[in-house]
Amino acid sequence: MSELRRPIESGVPDSKQFMHPALVRNYGKWAFHDRPRPGVLRHVSESGEAVFTVKAGTQRQLDVFTIRKLCDIADAFCDGHLRFTVRSSAEFMTTDEAKVEPLINRLEAEGFPVGGTGNSVGFISHTQGWLHCDIPGTDASGVVKALMDELVDEFKSEEMPNRVKITTSCCQINCGGQGDIAINVQHTKPPVINHALVAGVCERPTVIARCPVAAIRPALVDGKPSLEVDEKKCVCCGACYPPCPPMQINDPVHSKIAIWVGGKHSSTRTKPMFHKLVAAGLPNNAPRWPEVAEVVKKILTVYKNDARPWERMGEWIERIGWPRFFELTELPFTKYHVDNWRGGRANLNASAQLHF
Amino acid sequence: MSKKMPPTPMLDQLESGPWPSFVTGLKRLAEVEGKAHAGIMKSLLGQLEHSYQTRKGYWKGGTVGVFGYGAGVIPRFSEVADQYPESSEFHTLRIMPAPGFFYDTKTLRQMCDIWEEHGSGLIALHGQSGDIMFQGCRTEQVQAAWDKINEMGFDMGGAGAGVRTSASCVGPARCEQACFDTLEAHRTIINDFVDDIHRPSLPYKLKFKFSGCANDCANATQRADVAILGTWKDDMQVDQKEVQAKVKQLGRKEFINQVIRMCPTQALGLNDDDTLDVDNKSCVRCMHCINVCTKALKPGKERGICVLVGGKRTLKIGDLMGTVVIPFMKLETEEDYEKLLELAHNMLDFFADNALEHERTGEMIERIGLVNYLEALGLPLDVNMINQPRTNSYIRTDGWEEEARKWAERKTSAAE
Repeated sequence: MSELRRPIESGVPDSKQFMHPALVRNYGKWAFHDRPRPGVLRHVSESGEAVFTVKAGTQRQLDVFTIRKLCDIADAFCDGHLRFTVRSSAEFMTTDEAKVEPLINRLEAEGFPVGGTGNSVGFISHTQGWLHCDIPGTDASGVVKALMDELVDEFKSEEMPNRVKITTSCCQINCGGQGDIAINVQHTKPPVINHALVAGVCERPTVIARCPVAAIRPALVDGKPSLEVDEKKCVCCGACYPPCPPMQINDPVHSKIAIWVGGKHSSTRTKPMFHKLVAAGLPNNAPRWPEVAEVVKKILTVYKNDARPWERMGEWIERIGWPRFFELTELPFTKYHVDNWRGGRANLNASAQLHF
Repeated sequence: MSKKMPPTPMLDQLESGPWPSFVTGLKRLAEVEGKAHAGIMKSLLGQLEHSYQTRKGYWKGGTVGVFGYGAGVIPRFSEVADQYPESSEFHTLRIMPAPGFFYDTKTLRQMCDIWEEHGSGLIALHGQSGDIMFQGCRTEQVQAAWDKINEMGFDMGGAGAGVRTSASCVGPARCEQACFDTLEAHRTIINDFVDDIHRPSLPYKLKFKFSGCANDCANATQRADVAILGTWKDDMQVDQKEVQAKVKQLGRKEFINQVIRMCPTQALGLNDDDTLDVDNKSCVRCMHCINVCTKALKPGKERGICVLVGGKRTLKIGDLMGTVVIPFMKLETEEDYEKLLELAHNMLDFFADNALEHERTGEMIERIGLVNYLEALGLPLDVNMINQPRTNSYIRTDGWEEEARKWAERKTSAAE
């Protein structure tokens, strides 16, 4: 065996070597931007030079043929440069306004929808799912593909009150992050323990420490060291499953999907917000999750019709109040919506301010 | 050689519709004759269909790595390898892209060629932390693929209990609103922490993210242990002629509705001549009016960063947003960058020494209290760190005079 090669510990490379030359020329010297049409941004430099960006949706899980197709387009229109957004859209930049229309046509013809700018529904940020994750309750790629098929018109237009960021997550770790709408797995039953494997696979004190409600304790089962779960305490979060795979939390029927709304990272207008639970118990109905799509579309329709310009989902709900939200969306309000976790009291209405 | 395509009736339903289909991509990789990835992907499609049918995942972790590093490869072994043998090992290499996700096509094509030769041909652009995810590699191919990617000038990303790969917004490369050089800051910090990325030895993960303004396009506030966000200190820049043009374009009523009324601190007013009246002392740099009036309004000229610490999602103690630990510092000169690096290292060291196993920075601060964290890091107290002063009286205040004196001293030295 030949000698192993030592890694070159180079960290991240300098972005400027990959950037379109117009971006390097005008780096830090931008004067303003506008959006000539949905899917297109125009940034104008202090020097007067303009760069047009055409933004297109991708499937994120990209085969090399699709990546090469994106490269062919970048070679034909953008001098061989492109970038991706944090939500996996591809951005094509050119200084030549005459190229914008043909570029859009080419992208659309190759199957990449052009949009995702301004007050649109952006591409759904998503996680690995059944394709690659070791703990997934669902397949984010499938949920996202099914939903984007339904929402593509809202991706390609800018008709929402403000931008809508949707996220999906295949477990309660919520790798997809905060969103105006978040579609997350919510387990409803405690883990099913394969006691024969626990001693060999799991570091038991670590697993016990991982539980947020101290529901796990050591136990001897059939003469072997194992773990047991106090099922009355268990909140079915699945935190024990990654450090101890024999504590199987995923279940084809009881791992459900929940929908959360009103999260945002930005400090724009209001301070950043966490998303709030609005619907749960939806079936994990592969391959197209129609029940999830129905609820998401309902919420989006109501938001689109009722929110004022620039109100993000959470801001709109703060203005109209939660009673009105549940009324307009026709979603049931249950005891599960009432927060009883630490700090949850802050989510109760400590006032005589009421909506009727 | 040419094994048959597995039947995938459920996945097939994800091939129709207007959005690009990942299933079509997987099938294309499986259908190409004479490539190693054809067999892998036929098997993979079979396992994925099995997941769709049974609504369960079938991957487990393990230990796979490259020589010299302790993290960056995500091992995946199939639990149903007897049925789908060719994708029995389907590891991921996490590779850090250039800040801002910039590429030239030569680089992307080279990556594709490497992954066609050594992997499955499936690449995610990008993972949630910001990595290029080269997915689907057999154990014996990992080192060879890595060597080639590394020789291209790319390095491995983080995994496990170490510093993770970072993300930043497009920044000054293509945004007039960027209040600092997000790409440069990203590169400076991450490249100073490569040891902590490649050899994880912290209580748990530590993430840095960089957004050029309060719009937080990199989703840093909740998703990073250390969120570095752009802001400014002086007055917002106003081009009154462009304000008047915007009023004309929107109409006065809509301008008032969309700009004036939406200001969170009511710092704006519309003058009789349709120019903007700005109360800069009340402005919180939220970016709203600037977002609406991209031509008329701009952040001020005295730009810099604020630092929020402790963001994370639910597990284990509940959701936490990052909170302010530095309201403003400049990030322009080499000394400024040195100062930021020193701060980042202090944050990491304190976290390494004081967090419990599997505890994130935000949880640690929740446990020990923000004041202890600030004092340990030598960060000066600032009223911008709180929403409001404490509302309960359970606090021992016998050091009051000393603390009041410190406050007065800081005020005096700031004035000088």
